[in-house]
Amino acid sequence: MTDTALNPSAFVSHDAHDHHHDTDHKPGFFARWFMSTNHKDIGTLYLIFAIVAGIIGGSVSGLMRAELAHPGIQYLQGWASMLHGGPASLDESLHLWNVLITAHGLIMVFFMVMPAMVGGFGNWFVPIMIGAPDMAFPRMNNVSFWLLIPAFTLLLASPFFGGAGNGWTLYAPLSTYGEPGPSTDMAILALHLAGASSILGAINFITTIFNMRAPGMTLHKMPLFVWSMLVTAFLLLLALPVLAAAITMLLTDRNFGTTFFDPAGGGDPVLYQHLFWFFGHPEVYIMILPGFGIVSQIISTFSRKPVFGYLGMAYAMVAIGVVGFVVWAHHMFTTGLSVNTKMYFTAATMVIAVPTGIKIFSWIATMWGGSLTFKTPMVWSIGFIFMFTVGGVTGVVLANGGIDDYMQDTYYVVAHFHYVLSLGAVFSLFAGFYYWFPKMSGKMYNEFLGQLHFWVFFIGVNVMFFPMHFLGLQGMPRRIPDYTPQYEHWNTVASVGYMIMAAGMVVFFVNLIWSMIAGKPAGDNPWGDGATTLEWTISSPPPYHQFETLPKID
Amino acid sequence: MAAGLALASLGGVAGHAAQPASTPTATPAPQAAAAPGGVSNIAPTTAAATPTANPSSPELAMDGAPAMTVKPMIGQPTNGLYGLQPQVTKNGQFAHWMHNSILVPTITIISLFVLALLFWVSFRYRKARNPVASKTSHNTAIEILWTLAPVVILVLIAVPSIGLLQAQFKPAPSGAVTLKAIGNQWYWTYQYPDNGGFEITANMLKEKADVAAGERPRTDADGPKLLATDNRIVLPVGVPIRLITTSNDVIHSWAVPAFWIKLDAIPGRLNETSFTIDKPGLYFGQCSELCGARHGYMPIAVEAVPPAEYAAWVRAKGGTMPTPGKASDKVIPQPGADGSAAKVEEAAETANATGPVENVTTAAPATTQGATSNPAGAGNAGQ
Repeated sequence: MTDTALNPSAFVSHDAHDHHHDTDHKPGFFARWFMSTNHKDIGTLYLIFAIVAGIIGGSVSGLMRAELAHPGIQYLQGWASMLHGGPASLDESLHLWNVLITAHGLIMVFFMVMPAMVGGFGNWFVPIMIGAPDMAFPRMNNVSFWLLIPAFTLLLASPFFGGAGNGWTLYAPLSTYGEPGPSTDMAILALHLAGASSILGAINFITTIFNMRAPGMTLHKMPLFVWSMLVTAFLLLLALPVLAAAITMLLTDRNFGTTFFDPAGGGDPVLYQHLFWFFGHPEVYIMILPGFGIVSQIISTFSRKPVFGYLGMAYAMVAIGVVGFVVWAHHMFTTGLSVNTKMYFTAATMVIAVPTGIKIFSWIATMWGGSLTFKTPMVWSIGFIFMFTVGGVTGVVLANGGIDDYMQDTYYVVAHFHYVLSLGAVFSLFAGFYYWFPKMSGKMYNEFLGQLHFWVFFIGVNVMFFPMHFLGLQGMPRRIPDYTPQYEHWNTVASVGYMIMAAGMVVFFVNLIWSMIAGKPAGDNPWGDGATTLEWTISSPPPYHQFETLPKID
Repeated sequence: MAAGLALASLGGVAGHAAQPASTPTATPAPQAAAAPGGVSNIAPTTAAATPTANPSSPELAMDGAPAMTVKPMIGQPTNGLYGLQPQVTKNGQFAHWMHNSILVPTITIISLFVLALLFWVSFRYRKARNPVASKTSHNTAIEILWTLAPVVILVLIAVPSIGLLQAQFKPAPSGAVTLKAIGNQWYWTYQYPDNGGFEITANMLKEKADVAAGERPRTDADGPKLLATDNRIVLPVGVPIRLITTSNDVIHSWAVPAFWIKLDAIPGRLNETSFTIDKPGLYFGQCSELCGARHGYMPIAVEAVPPAEYAAWVRAKGGTMPTPGKASDKVIPQPGADGSAAKVEEAAETANATGPVENVTTAAPATTQGATSNPAGAGNAGQ
């Protein structure tokens, strides 16, 4: 077995540059950006979409942290009045809070992290990394992206029809007879469209990776980012139809008189939770596995070493994907599960810590003995490893069914999943963005601003989310707009953390705009001999169609 | 300190109408009649006594004792603290120990270990110090080690974890006091099926600025803002409590952190768990499942008192204590609710209203005492 795909001499890219004149015929603006079938352009569209959605979702969390900075209802009534165009009652204001938390969750999960990771970086780099000219189904790729637009529009329009205030989990019966009006239906349809988009994307990735690898690119030579996308695509393909079924049942319960989740007709609200989390738990791995792949590429590049334990890394992701399907009820420990069920889900959940540990230690072992440079992508990746570890170990705490009786639905859970997502997935997104920005745009980002962005953001999110552990341990429930004054101290600290983080994001956007306008040309490979995957063998930005002659991998 | 609080509370209670020591009457507590306009916030179906005009003397004071006062740091959150709330049930103390002595040290060591490794490799293998990277990409021994070491750690965590689950699922013995908590948008109703089935409705007490005319605003004697209720539920200490939850509309969750209890209240289902409170006192919790607009405004307030006081309170509410030798006349459609005559003795002892004599005239200091009110033979199930 050859070690890895990451041996630079193993790749021979056959004259990708020579065909520039023939392959770089770009269509006109409208045809290129609105009818695109080019994986790189669609990837760019996804990234732009994710950045827009991230700004909206992040602003919503800013509203939430403003309201939560001090006890009492400060702003909600004003915002509700603005939304309703007239004075809002207290209940309408409180409902707006639920709309905000629902919007924040749905936007960040379905319209920021997933489009950025799978649609953005996946589209851009999976074909290039396996030496393919494009995705297997370019037109389906186009449909995948454009389904997101009506989905997001539906979700963003729903607050003007009352607003869906069910939480991102849309638990029945709050989402069925608990909330009349069209807005919850709009949110459900938004999820249907986003889910269909992801399923089509998953089919495309699986087909591409299985059938379009360049000669010599065996599965065991694929870069780990491609492995992560392959596992993610299978998770999407298997999990999302279950979500579609569950929310379709919500729709028929709401509109057509069925009683899947209504005990009055023999239904069961807990059934919805089982269906939702059968999707929902793989979903959290869908959001983090591509991040694992990105971080693996970056750690290897900036250590100038192949990834340590390549096979262990690849199959750890497979193991996480498989086990991730059989642990869902740890989200439901307080719903009255039987003792044996709780014991099983406690044990099964803990098992996931083993492959995750393999990944953490393999990254460190990759750095061990390396020749490290600390460019912005590497700093984000090292930050990712530590923050994901912190989020992971609190996951081990929550995995204990008996312990979770206390933590469930408190801020401890909020802290936990923001450490793995907002400090895990998002760190890997920024790492990948800085890593591949020179390749995608042809221009270097500003290194100083990149480092500044990291440190400000790192301090901000830690100040924001670490105190939430303390709030949770003191018993503060999630999803409340007002709290007893005894929770004020750490809530104020967390809101200060939000402002620091927001300042970091300003640095990011300044860097982005500055680099697009005035960035130095990046060259084919700005990262030196540690960058060994195929995207660094072609020009920056890549030609409109790369690999017209397939590269051969020894 | 507690005594001081009790005194302060007494001082604020001019004209505190001490309730007669024993009023085993089937009618609601007598002061209800004397309360001018004393209606609770929104209580639509309350069968309980309505609050009196005297704000700091909830109807709970028995035998002329001062009302149970709020004790800082017990049964409620504390500003700026970063640990778990103190636990007053055996299972809670077990879980508290497991969290603080096993889980927190383990995860702290693992996190610091990873951090130290990251610092070390970043320092030792930076380009300036290690210009040529090694090509090592395998070491089977260390890969096996870092697979097995987490397995061992997880097994060591799983042992007490499974033990905790077993303890939490031990069913309540017959003779336990049954509390049925029913979630509504947005208040809790409580039933005591073993005690004549009377019902209590608990609404959040609003602040002075928010109340409508005739409503009783919250005072500090009632409890912290957003946690105090117009009617507290009363439970005996030292006696196993069987908690049954359900809901009339959407899913709610009945949670009291000091008991380490959180159980979803789901329409169409009866969920059951049990616990035994060790210390008298006031314990606060909140609904813990998103249930609509006023999800944040349906608190839970439990007053744990010695069994004798509990019995007196039940009678004051128009309820009855179970007669020895007679099964509860309320049928609870739930396995485990064994009120059969076979368990008569246990039931008699547990629910005996004439149990050990507590120093009921000084209720507040009693909250600082340990579990001294455990009636003999009350059983430890559910702990």
